[in-house]
Amino acid sequence: MSALEIVGLNKSFSGFRVINDVNLFVEVGERRLIIGPNGAGKTTLFNIITGEIQPDAGTILLNGQNITNIPVQKRSHLGLTRTYQIITLFPNDSLLKNISLSLLALSSLRWSPFVALDVRNDIKLQALEVLDQVGLKRLADRPLNQTSYGEQRRVEIAMALAQRPKIILLDEPFAGLSIEERTQIRELLVSIPEEVTIVMIDHDMEVALEFAEKITVMHFGEVVVEGSRAEVVEHPKTREIYLGE
Amino acid sequence: MAYEIILATTMAISILFALSLNIITGFCGQVSLGHAAFYGLGAYAGAMLTKAGWPLVAALPPAAIVAGCVGFIVGLASLRVRHDFLAITTMGVSFLFVGVVRKQEWLGGEIGISGIPAVQFGRPGLLVLSIICAGLFAVVAVYIKRSWMGFAFDSIANDEDTARVLGIDVPRFKLWAFVIGTSGAGIAGALYAHHVRYIGPDSFGFVESVTVLAMVIIGGIGSVWAVALAAAVLSVLPLWFQFIDDYKLLIYGLMVFGVVRFSPNGIAGAVQSLVNRRH
Repeated sequence: MSALEIVGLNKSFSGFRVINDVNLFVEVGERRLIIGPNGAGKTTLFNIITGEIQPDAGTILLNGQNITNIPVQKRSHLGLTRTYQIITLFPNDSLLKNISLSLLALSSLRWSPFVALDVRNDIKLQALEVLDQVGLKRLADRPLNQTSYGEQRRVEIAMALAQRPKIILLDEPFAGLSIEERTQIRELLVSIPEEVTIVMIDHDMEVALEFAEKITVMHFGEVVVEGSRAEVVEHPKTREIYLGE
Repeated sequence: MAYEIILATTMAISILFALSLNIITGFCGQVSLGHAAFYGLGAYAGAMLTKAGWPLVAALPPAAIVAGCVGFIVGLASLRVRHDFLAITTMGVSFLFVGVVRKQEWLGGEIGISGIPAVQFGRPGLLVLSIICAGLFAVVAVYIKRSWMGFAFDSIANDEDTARVLGIDVPRFKLWAFVIGTSGAGIAGALYAHHVRYIGPDSFGFVESVTVLAMVIIGGIGSVWAVALAAAVLSVLPLWFQFIDDYKLLIYGLMVFGVVRFSPNGIAGAVQSLVNRRH
Protein backbone atom coordinates (compact mmCIF):
# COMPACT_ATOMS: atom_id res chain seq x y z
CA MET A 1 0.00 0.00 0.00
CA SER A 2 1.32 3.44 -0.96
CA ALA A 3 1.45 6.30 1.54
CA LEU A 4 0.04 8.56 -1.15
CA GLU A 5 -1.75 7.41 -4.24
CA ILE A 6 -3.07 9.86 -6.82
CA VAL A 7 -5.00 8.56 -9.79
CA GLY A 8 -6.27 10.51 -12.81
CA LEU A 9 -6.14 13.92 -11.16
CA ASN A 10 -7.40 16.86 -13.21
CA LYS A 11 -7.95 20.52 -12.43
CA SER A 12 -8.80 23.48 -14.65
CA PHE A 13 -9.13 27.18 -13.84
CA SER A 14 -11.43 29.03 -16.26
CA GLY A 15 -10.90 26.38 -18.89
CA PHE A 16 -7.11 26.36 -18.50
CA ARG A 17 -5.94 22.92 -17.42
CA VAL A 18 -3.34 23.24 -14.66
CA ILE A 19 -3.31 19.59 -13.59
CA ASN A 20 -3.63 17.14 -16.43
CA ASP A 21 -4.29 13.50 -15.65
CA VAL A 22 -1.66 13.24 -12.94
CA ASN A 23 -0.88 9.85 -11.43
CA LEU A 24 1.50 9.64 -8.49
CA PHE A 25 2.41 6.79 -6.17
CA VAL A 26 4.61 7.49 -3.15
CA GLU A 27 5.68 4.62 -0.92
CA VAL A 28 5.69 4.72 2.89
CA GLY A 29 8.89 6.35 4.14
CA GLU A 30 9.90 7.52 0.67
CA ARG A 31 11.60 10.88 0.05
CA ARG A 32 10.05 12.14 -3.18
CA LEU A 33 11.06 15.30 -4.98
CA ILE A 34 8.74 17.05 -7.41
CA ILE A 35 10.47 19.45 -9.76
CA GLY A 36 9.40 21.51 -12.72
CA PRO A 37 9.52 25.07 -14.01
CA ASN A 38 7.23 27.81 -12.69
CA GLY A 39 3.62 27.16 -13.59
CA ALA A 40 4.14 23.40 -13.84
CA GLY A 41 1.32 22.82 -11.34
CA LYS A 42 3.42 21.62 -8.40
CA THR A 43 1.90 23.86 -5.71
CA THR A 44 -1.59 23.35 -7.15
CA LEU A 45 -1.00 19.62 -6.80
CA PHE A 46 -0.10 20.14 -3.12
CA ASN A 47 -3.18 22.33 -2.62
CA ILE A 48 -5.36 19.60 -4.08
CA ILE A 49 -3.74 16.92 -1.91
CA THR A 50 -4.38 18.96 1.26
CA GLY A 51 -7.93 19.79 0.14
CA GLU A 52 -7.47 23.54 -0.21
CA ILE A 53 -8.50 23.15 -3.85
CA GLN A 54 -11.02 20.57 -5.01
CA PRO A 55 -10.05 18.59 -8.13
CA ASP A 56 -12.34 18.34 -11.14
CA ALA A 57 -11.64 14.63 -11.41
CA GLY A 58 -9.42 11.98 -9.89
CA THR A 59 -8.86 10.18 -6.62
CA ILE A 60 -6.44 10.74 -3.74
CA LEU A 61 -5.71 7.93 -1.33
CA LEU A 62 -3.80 8.48 1.89
CA ASN A 63 -2.52 5.18 3.27
CA GLY A 64 -5.27 3.44 1.34
CA GLN A 65 -8.06 5.75 2.52
CA ASN A 66 -9.87 7.84 -0.06
CA ILE A 67 -9.52 11.46 1.09
CA THR A 68 -10.66 13.16 -2.14
CA ASN A 69 -13.79 14.63 -0.58
CA ILE A 70 -12.64 14.91 3.04
CA PRO A 71 -12.47 18.49 4.50
CA VAL A 72 -9.03 20.10 4.88
CA GLN A 73 -8.92 19.95 8.68
CA LYS A 74 -9.83 16.24 8.75
CA ARG A 75 -6.92 15.38 6.41
CA SER A 76 -4.41 16.59 8.98
CA HIS A 77 -6.13 14.34 11.53
CA LEU A 78 -5.33 11.46 9.17
CA GLY A 79 -1.63 12.29 9.26
CA LEU A 80 -1.23 14.70 6.35
CA THR A 81 0.55 17.97 6.94
CA ARG A 82 2.34 20.58 4.85
CA THR A 83 4.47 23.69 4.72
CA TYR A 84 4.06 26.58 2.27
CA GLN A 85 6.25 28.27 -0.32
CA ILE A 86 5.51 31.57 1.41
CA ILE A 87 5.47 31.10 5.15
CA THR A 88 1.91 31.37 6.46
CA LEU A 89 2.19 31.14 10.22
CA PHE A 90 0.75 33.45 12.87
CA PRO A 91 3.27 36.32 12.81
CA ASN A 92 2.12 38.27 15.86
CA ASP A 93 2.11 35.25 18.13
CA SER A 94 5.10 33.79 19.91
CA LEU A 95 6.92 30.72 18.65
CA LEU A 96 5.54 28.87 21.68
CA LYS A 97 1.98 29.79 20.76
CA ASN A 98 2.45 28.76 17.14
CA ILE A 99 3.73 25.33 18.15
CA SER A 100 1.06 24.96 20.87
CA LEU A 101 -1.62 25.65 18.29
CA SER A 102 -0.24 22.91 16.10
CA LEU A 103 -0.18 20.47 19.03
CA LEU A 104 -3.64 21.43 20.26
CA ALA A 105 -5.30 21.10 16.87
CA LEU A 106 -4.76 17.35 16.94
CA SER A 107 -4.86 16.68 20.68
CA SER A 108 -7.89 15.30 22.51
CA LEU A 109 -8.28 18.77 24.01
CA ARG A 110 -9.76 19.94 20.73
CA TRP A 111 -13.07 18.51 21.93
CA SER A 112 -12.97 20.74 25.01
CA PRO A 113 -13.15 24.26 23.58
CA PHE A 114 -13.65 25.88 26.97
CA VAL A 115 -10.61 24.41 28.68
CA ALA A 116 -8.32 27.19 29.96
CA LEU A 117 -4.89 26.81 28.43
CA ASP A 118 -2.79 28.53 31.06
CA VAL A 119 -3.49 25.65 33.44
CA ARG A 120 -2.44 23.08 30.82
CA ASN A 121 1.27 22.99 31.44
CA ASP A 122 1.64 19.74 29.48
CA ILE A 123 0.97 21.49 26.15
CA LYS A 124 3.52 24.16 26.99
CA LEU A 125 6.14 21.56 27.91
CA GLN A 126 5.49 19.61 24.70
CA ALA A 127 5.78 22.80 22.65
CA LEU A 128 9.05 23.68 24.34
CA GLU A 129 10.33 20.18 23.61
CA VAL A 130 9.46 20.59 19.92
CA LEU A 131 11.22 23.97 19.83
CA ASP A 132 14.23 22.40 21.51
CA GLN A 133 14.39 19.75 18.79
CA VAL A 134 14.72 22.45 16.13
CA GLY A 135 17.10 24.54 18.23
CA LEU A 136 14.71 27.40 18.88
CA LYS A 137 13.80 26.91 22.55
CA ARG A 138 15.64 30.09 23.52
CA LEU A 139 13.29 32.10 21.28
CA ALA A 140 10.10 30.47 22.61
CA ASP A 141 8.49 33.71 23.82
CA ARG A 142 9.57 35.89 20.92
CA PRO A 143 6.87 36.93 18.42
CA LEU A 144 7.36 35.08 15.16
CA ASN A 145 7.65 38.32 13.16
CA GLN A 146 10.75 39.20 15.18
CA THR A 147 12.67 36.14 14.05
CA SER A 148 14.72 35.57 10.89
CA TYR A 149 13.26 33.99 7.78
CA GLY A 150 15.29 30.85 8.34
CA GLU A 151 14.02 30.56 11.92
CA GLN A 152 10.46 31.00 10.69
CA ARG A 153 11.02 28.20 8.19
CA ARG A 154 12.25 25.97 11.03
CA VAL A 155 9.18 26.85 13.10
CA GLU A 156 6.96 25.99 10.15
CA ILE A 157 8.58 22.57 9.76
CA ALA A 158 8.52 22.08 13.54
CA MET A 159 4.78 22.79 13.56
CA ALA A 160 4.25 20.19 10.88
CA LEU A 161 6.38 17.64 12.73
CA ALA A 162 4.68 18.38 16.07
CA GLN A 163 1.55 16.84 14.59
CA ARG A 164 3.37 13.50 14.21
CA PRO A 165 2.43 13.24 10.53
CA LYS A 166 2.51 10.13 8.37
CA ILE A 167 3.17 12.23 5.29
CA ILE A 168 4.56 15.72 5.07
CA LEU A 169 4.41 17.95 1.99
CA LEU A 170 7.20 20.52 1.84
CA ASP A 171 6.72 23.37 -0.64
CA GLU A 172 10.13 24.83 -1.45
CA PRO A 173 11.57 24.60 2.08
CA PHE A 174 14.92 26.05 0.94
CA ALA A 175 13.49 29.05 -0.91
CA GLY A 176 14.90 32.41 0.17
CA LEU A 177 17.35 30.95 2.70
CA SER A 178 21.03 31.77 3.18
CA ILE A 179 23.65 29.03 2.76
CA GLU A 180 23.87 28.57 6.53
CA GLU A 181 20.08 28.41 6.88
CA ARG A 182 19.88 25.87 4.06
CA THR A 183 22.30 23.65 5.93
CA GLN A 184 20.18 23.93 9.07
CA ILE A 185 16.99 23.04 7.19
CA ARG A 186 18.73 20.15 5.44
CA GLU A 187 19.88 18.78 8.81
CA LEU A 188 16.36 19.19 10.13
CA LEU A 189 14.88 17.28 7.19
CA VAL A 190 17.45 14.51 7.51
CA SER A 191 16.46 14.10 11.17
CA ILE A 192 12.81 13.40 10.28
CA PRO A 193 12.02 9.77 11.23
CA GLU A 194 12.28 7.30 8.34
CA GLU A 195 8.68 6.14 8.65
CA VAL A 196 7.45 9.63 7.79
CA THR A 197 6.92 10.00 4.05
CA ILE A 198 8.16 13.26 2.57
CA VAL A 199 7.08 14.83 -0.70
CA MET A 200 9.01 17.98 -1.51
CA ILE A 201 8.87 20.64 -4.19
CA ASP A 202 12.08 22.54 -4.76
CA HIS A 203 14.02 24.48 -7.33
CA ASP A 204 17.38 24.01 -5.63
CA MET A 205 18.37 20.92 -7.59
CA GLU A 206 21.65 20.45 -5.78
CA VAL A 207 20.20 20.28 -2.28
CA ALA A 208 17.02 18.55 -3.33
CA LEU A 209 18.68 15.87 -5.43
CA GLU A 210 20.90 15.01 -2.51
CA PHE A 211 17.82 14.56 -0.36
CA ALA A 212 15.42 12.70 -2.66
CA GLU A 213 15.36 9.04 -3.63
CA LYS A 214 12.90 9.36 -6.45
CA ILE A 215 12.04 12.37 -8.59
CA THR A 216 8.93 13.39 -10.47
CA VAL A 217 9.22 16.08 -13.15
CA MET A 218 6.11 18.10 -13.93
CA HIS A 219 5.56 20.35 -16.91
CA PHE A 220 2.36 22.18 -17.91
CA GLY A 221 0.37 20.23 -15.32
CA GLU A 222 1.56 16.82 -16.45
CA VAL A 223 3.99 14.28 -15.04
CA VAL A 224 6.56 14.02 -17.84
CA VAL A 225 9.40 12.06 -16.22
CA GLU A 226 9.65 9.91 -13.13
CA GLY A 227 12.47 7.80 -11.79
CA SER A 228 15.66 7.66 -9.78
CA ARG A 229 17.98 10.69 -9.59
CA ALA A 230 20.25 9.36 -12.32
CA GLU A 231 17.38 8.41 -14.61
CA VAL A 232 15.71 11.79 -14.30
CA VAL A 233 18.89 13.82 -14.73
CA GLU A 234 19.81 11.88 -17.87
CA HIS A 235 16.33 11.86 -19.32
CA PRO A 236 16.11 13.94 -22.55
CA LYS A 237 12.77 15.42 -21.48
CA THR A 238 14.32 16.82 -18.28
CA ARG A 239 17.17 18.29 -20.27
CA GLU A 240 14.72 19.77 -22.72
CA ILE A 241 12.66 21.42 -19.96
CA TYR A 242 15.58 22.70 -17.91
CA LEU A 243 18.30 23.29 -20.48
CA GLY A 244 16.24 23.78 -23.62
CA GLU A 245 18.28 21.07 -25.34
CA MET B 1 -30.08 60.78 40.11
CA ALA B 2 -32.62 59.26 37.72
CA TYR B 3 -30.71 60.72 34.77
CA GLU B 4 -27.44 59.21 35.97
CA ILE B 5 -29.14 55.83 36.30
CA ILE B 6 -30.40 56.12 32.72
CA LEU B 7 -26.90 56.97 31.51
CA ALA B 8 -25.33 54.11 33.46
CA THR B 9 -27.92 51.63 32.17
CA THR B 10 -27.33 52.79 28.59
CA MET B 11 -23.61 52.30 29.15
CA ALA B 12 -23.98 48.80 30.59
CA ILE B 13 -26.28 47.64 27.79
CA SER B 14 -23.95 49.10 25.15
CA ILE B 15 -20.96 47.39 26.74
CA LEU B 16 -22.77 44.05 26.59
CA PHE B 17 -23.82 44.69 22.98
CA ALA B 18 -20.30 45.70 21.88
CA LEU B 19 -18.65 42.80 23.73
CA SER B 20 -21.01 40.39 22.00
CA LEU B 21 -19.89 41.67 18.58
CA ASN B 22 -16.30 41.57 19.79
CA ILE B 23 -16.56 37.77 20.09
CA ILE B 24 -17.53 37.46 16.41
CA THR B 25 -15.48 40.24 14.84
CA GLY B 26 -12.75 40.85 17.39
CA PHE B 27 -11.92 37.35 18.53
CA CYS B 28 -12.86 35.29 15.47
CA GLY B 29 -12.29 37.88 12.73
CA GLN B 30 -15.73 37.57 11.11
CA VAL B 31 -16.88 41.03 10.11
CA SER B 32 -20.58 41.55 10.83
CA LEU B 33 -22.57 44.54 9.64
CA GLY B 34 -25.87 43.14 10.84
CA HIS B 35 -25.38 42.70 14.57
CA ALA B 36 -28.30 45.00 15.38
CA ALA B 37 -30.65 42.37 13.95
CA PHE B 38 -29.78 40.04 16.84
CA TYR B 39 -30.11 42.92 19.29
CA GLY B 40 -33.58 43.45 17.80
CA LEU B 41 -34.46 39.76 17.99
CA GLY B 42 -33.62 39.75 21.69
CA ALA B 43 -35.54 42.99 22.22
CA TYR B 44 -38.67 41.71 20.53
CA ALA B 45 -38.48 38.29 22.23
CA GLY B 46 -37.90 39.87 25.66
CA ALA B 47 -40.67 42.46 25.19
CA MET B 48 -43.22 39.88 24.00
CA LEU B 49 -42.47 37.61 26.95
CA THR B 50 -42.66 40.30 29.63
CA LYS B 51 -45.84 41.60 28.05
CA ALA B 52 -47.16 38.04 28.44
CA GLY B 53 -46.39 38.24 32.14
CA TRP B 54 -42.86 36.82 32.37
CA PRO B 55 -40.40 38.58 34.67
CA LEU B 56 -37.48 40.12 32.73
CA VAL B 57 -34.91 37.84 34.37
CA ALA B 58 -36.82 34.81 33.07
CA ALA B 59 -37.19 36.40 29.62
CA LEU B 60 -33.44 36.89 29.15
CA PRO B 61 -32.51 33.24 28.42
CA PRO B 62 -35.24 32.82 25.75
CA ALA B 63 -34.12 36.14 24.20
CA ALA B 64 -30.57 34.79 24.08
CA ILE B 65 -31.75 31.49 22.60
CA VAL B 66 -33.85 33.14 19.86
CA ALA B 67 -30.97 35.42 18.85
CA GLY B 68 -28.44 32.57 19.17
CA CYS B 69 -30.49 30.21 16.97
CA VAL B 70 -30.77 32.82 14.20
CA GLY B 71 -27.08 33.60 14.79
CA PHE B 72 -26.30 29.94 14.16
CA ILE B 73 -28.10 30.11 10.80
CA VAL B 74 -26.28 33.32 9.84
CA GLY B 75 -23.06 31.68 11.05
CA LEU B 76 -23.62 28.97 8.46
CA ALA B 77 -23.26 31.72 5.84
CA SER B 78 -19.82 32.52 7.24
CA LEU B 79 -18.75 29.01 6.26
CA ARG B 80 -19.38 29.86 2.60
CA VAL B 81 -18.40 33.53 2.32
CA ARG B 82 -15.55 35.57 3.82
CA HIS B 83 -14.34 39.10 4.41
CA ASP B 84 -16.22 41.72 2.35
CA PHE B 85 -18.73 39.16 1.15
CA LEU B 86 -19.54 38.17 4.71
CA ALA B 87 -19.93 41.86 5.64
CA ILE B 88 -22.42 42.31 2.79
CA THR B 89 -24.27 39.12 3.74
CA THR B 90 -24.63 40.20 7.36
CA MET B 91 -25.70 43.65 6.20
CA GLY B 92 -28.43 41.88 4.28
CA VAL B 93 -29.50 40.16 7.52
CA SER B 94 -29.91 43.59 9.11
CA PHE B 95 -32.14 44.82 6.28
CA LEU B 96 -34.03 41.54 6.22
CA PHE B 97 -34.79 41.78 9.94
CA VAL B 98 -36.17 45.31 9.66
CA GLY B 99 -38.12 44.42 6.50
CA VAL B 100 -39.69 41.31 8.02
CA VAL B 101 -40.56 42.91 11.39
CA ARG B 102 -42.24 45.85 9.63
CA LYS B 103 -44.72 43.50 8.02
CA GLN B 104 -45.57 41.50 11.16
CA GLU B 105 -48.73 42.84 12.79
CA TRP B 106 -48.23 40.56 15.81
CA LEU B 107 -44.91 42.33 16.41
CA GLY B 108 -46.55 45.75 16.10
CA GLY B 109 -45.58 46.24 12.45
CA GLU B 110 -44.30 49.73 11.62
CA ILE B 111 -45.51 51.10 14.96
CA GLY B 112 -43.54 48.63 17.06
CA ILE B 113 -44.23 47.52 20.59
CA SER B 114 -45.09 50.09 23.24
CA GLY B 115 -46.07 49.74 26.87
CA ILE B 116 -43.27 47.30 27.64
CA PRO B 117 -43.61 46.59 31.38
CA ALA B 118 -41.24 48.29 33.79
CA VAL B 119 -38.75 46.10 35.62
CA GLN B 120 -39.88 44.95 39.08
CA PHE B 121 -37.37 47.02 41.03
CA GLY B 122 -37.64 50.04 38.78
CA ARG B 123 -34.76 51.73 37.00
CA PRO B 124 -32.17 50.93 39.70
CA GLY B 125 -33.17 47.26 39.37
CA LEU B 126 -32.66 47.35 35.59
CA LEU B 127 -29.31 49.08 36.07
CA VAL B 128 -28.12 46.37 38.47
CA LEU B 129 -29.36 43.62 36.12
CA SER B 130 -27.63 45.28 33.13
CA ILE B 131 -24.37 45.65 35.05
CA ILE B 132 -24.53 42.00 36.15
CA CYS B 133 -25.19 40.81 32.57
CA ALA B 134 -22.43 43.02 31.08
CA GLY B 135 -20.03 41.98 33.86
CA LEU B 136 -20.75 38.28 33.42
CA PHE B 137 -20.36 38.54 29.66
CA ALA B 138 -17.04 40.34 30.10
CA VAL B 139 -15.87 37.53 32.40
CA VAL B 140 -16.98 34.93 29.83
CA ALA B 141 -15.14 36.89 27.10
CA VAL B 142 -11.93 37.04 29.13
CA TYR B 143 -12.21 33.33 29.90
CA ILE B 144 -12.79 32.49 26.23
CA LYS B 145 -9.67 34.48 25.34
CA ARG B 146 -7.63 32.28 27.68
CA SER B 147 -9.22 29.03 26.51
CA TRP B 148 -8.57 26.70 23.61
CA MET B 149 -11.58 28.32 21.92
CA GLY B 150 -9.96 31.76 22.16
CA PHE B 151 -6.74 30.30 20.81
CA ALA B 152 -8.60 28.79 17.87
CA PHE B 153 -10.57 32.02 17.26
CA ASP B 154 -7.30 33.90 17.18
CA SER B 155 -5.83 31.57 14.58
CA ILE B 156 -8.96 31.80 12.41
CA ALA B 157 -8.87 35.61 12.62
CA ASN B 158 -5.17 35.54 11.68
CA ASP B 159 -5.29 33.08 8.80
CA GLU B 160 -8.25 30.83 8.32
CA ASP B 161 -6.62 28.66 5.66
CA THR B 162 -3.54 27.92 7.73
CA ALA B 163 -5.73 27.13 10.74
CA ARG B 164 -7.65 24.65 8.61
CA VAL B 165 -4.50 22.96 7.33
CA LEU B 166 -3.27 22.65 10.92
CA GLY B 167 -6.38 20.63 11.67
CA ILE B 168 -8.43 23.26 13.50
CA ASP B 169 -12.12 22.71 12.97
CA VAL B 170 -12.72 26.18 11.53
CA PRO B 171 -16.44 25.77 10.73
CA ARG B 172 -17.22 24.58 14.27
CA PHE B 173 -15.40 27.48 15.90
CA LYS B 174 -16.97 30.04 13.57
CA LEU B 175 -20.40 28.76 14.53
CA TRP B 176 -19.46 28.93 18.21
CA ALA B 177 -18.46 32.58 17.75
CA PHE B 178 -21.73 33.44 16.05
CA VAL B 179 -23.86 31.61 18.62
CA ILE B 180 -22.09 33.13 21.64
CA GLY B 181 -21.94 36.63 20.12
CA THR B 182 -25.53 36.74 18.91
CA SER B 183 -26.84 35.29 22.19
CA GLY B 184 -25.10 38.12 24.01
CA ALA B 185 -26.70 40.61 21.62
CA GLY B 186 -30.07 39.00 22.34
CA ILE B 187 -29.67 39.59 26.09
CA ALA B 188 -28.54 43.18 25.45
CA GLY B 189 -31.59 43.69 23.23
CA ALA B 190 -34.01 42.39 25.87
CA LEU B 191 -32.47 44.74 28.45
CA TYR B 192 -32.64 47.63 25.96
CA ALA B 193 -36.34 47.00 25.29
CA HIS B 194 -37.07 47.35 29.02
CA HIS B 195 -34.81 50.36 29.27
CA VAL B 196 -36.59 52.42 26.60
CA ARG B 197 -39.93 50.57 26.98
CA TYR B 198 -40.79 51.14 23.37
CA ILE B 199 -39.21 49.37 20.41
CA GLY B 200 -39.80 49.65 16.68
CA PRO B 201 -38.09 48.13 13.63
CA ASP B 202 -36.00 51.27 13.05
CA SER B 203 -34.38 50.92 16.48
CA PHE B 204 -32.38 47.97 15.09
CA GLY B 205 -31.39 49.10 11.63
CA PHE B 206 -28.12 49.35 9.80
CA VAL B 207 -27.10 52.49 11.70
CA GLU B 208 -27.12 50.55 14.98
CA SER B 209 -25.01 47.80 13.42
CA VAL B 210 -22.46 50.34 12.21
CA THR B 211 -22.47 52.11 15.58
CA VAL B 212 -21.65 48.94 17.50
CA LEU B 213 -18.97 48.01 14.96
CA ALA B 214 -17.46 51.48 15.47
CA MET B 215 -17.32 50.80 19.24
CA VAL B 216 -15.39 47.57 18.61
CA ILE B 217 -12.97 49.16 16.12
CA ILE B 218 -12.33 52.26 18.23
CA GLY B 219 -11.83 50.14 21.35
CA GLY B 220 -9.45 47.77 19.64
CA ILE B 221 -10.59 44.61 17.93
CA GLY B 222 -10.29 41.66 20.29
CA SER B 223 -9.60 43.60 23.50
CA VAL B 224 -12.27 43.15 26.16
CA TRP B 225 -11.48 46.14 28.40
CA ALA B 226 -10.88 48.60 25.56
CA VAL B 227 -14.05 47.65 23.69
CA ALA B 228 -16.01 48.01 26.96
CA LEU B 229 -14.44 51.44 27.48
CA ALA B 230 -15.20 52.59 23.93
CA ALA B 231 -18.77 51.31 24.19
CA ALA B 232 -19.27 53.08 27.52
CA VAL B 233 -18.00 56.43 26.21
CA LEU B 234 -19.56 56.30 22.74
CA SER B 235 -22.96 55.24 24.05
CA VAL B 236 -23.36 58.22 26.35
CA LEU B 237 -21.60 60.81 24.21
CA PRO B 238 -24.77 61.70 22.30
CA LEU B 239 -26.68 61.88 25.60
CA TRP B 240 -24.13 64.19 27.23
CA PHE B 241 -23.79 66.44 24.22
CA GLN B 242 -27.17 66.62 22.53
CA PHE B 243 -25.79 68.27 19.39
CA ILE B 244 -23.68 65.15 18.74
CA ASP B 245 -26.80 63.07 18.22
CA ASP B 246 -27.55 64.87 14.93
CA TYR B 247 -24.03 64.22 13.69
CA LYS B 248 -23.53 60.84 15.39
CA LEU B 249 -22.68 58.87 12.28
CA LEU B 250 -20.39 61.59 10.97
CA ILE B 251 -18.50 61.80 14.26
CA TYR B 252 -18.28 58.02 14.67
CA GLY B 253 -17.14 57.72 11.06
CA LEU B 254 -14.39 60.29 11.62
CA MET B 255 -13.33 58.52 14.80
CA VAL B 256 -13.15 55.16 13.02
CA PHE B 257 -11.16 56.80 10.22
CA GLY B 258 -8.77 58.36 12.74
CA VAL B 259 -8.31 55.09 14.60
CA VAL B 260 -7.72 53.03 11.46
CA ARG B 261 -5.27 55.66 10.17
CA PHE B 262 -3.28 56.35 13.34
CA SER B 263 -3.84 53.37 15.64
CA PRO B 264 -5.23 50.37 13.73
CA ASN B 265 -5.50 48.39 16.94
CA GLY B 266 -7.68 51.05 18.56
CA ILE B 267 -7.40 52.30 22.11
CA ALA B 268 -5.98 48.94 23.22
CA GLY B 269 -3.22 49.15 20.60
CA ALA B 270 -2.36 52.75 21.50
CA VAL B 271 -2.09 51.89 25.20
CA GLN B 272 -0.03 48.79 24.43
CA SER B 273 2.45 50.76 22.32
CA LEU B 274 2.75 53.38 25.08
CA VAL B 275 3.48 50.64 27.62
CA ASN B 276 6.03 49.05 25.26
CA ARG B 277 7.74 52.43 24.76
CA ARG B 278 8.08 52.96 28.52
CA HIS B 279 9.80 49.59 28.92
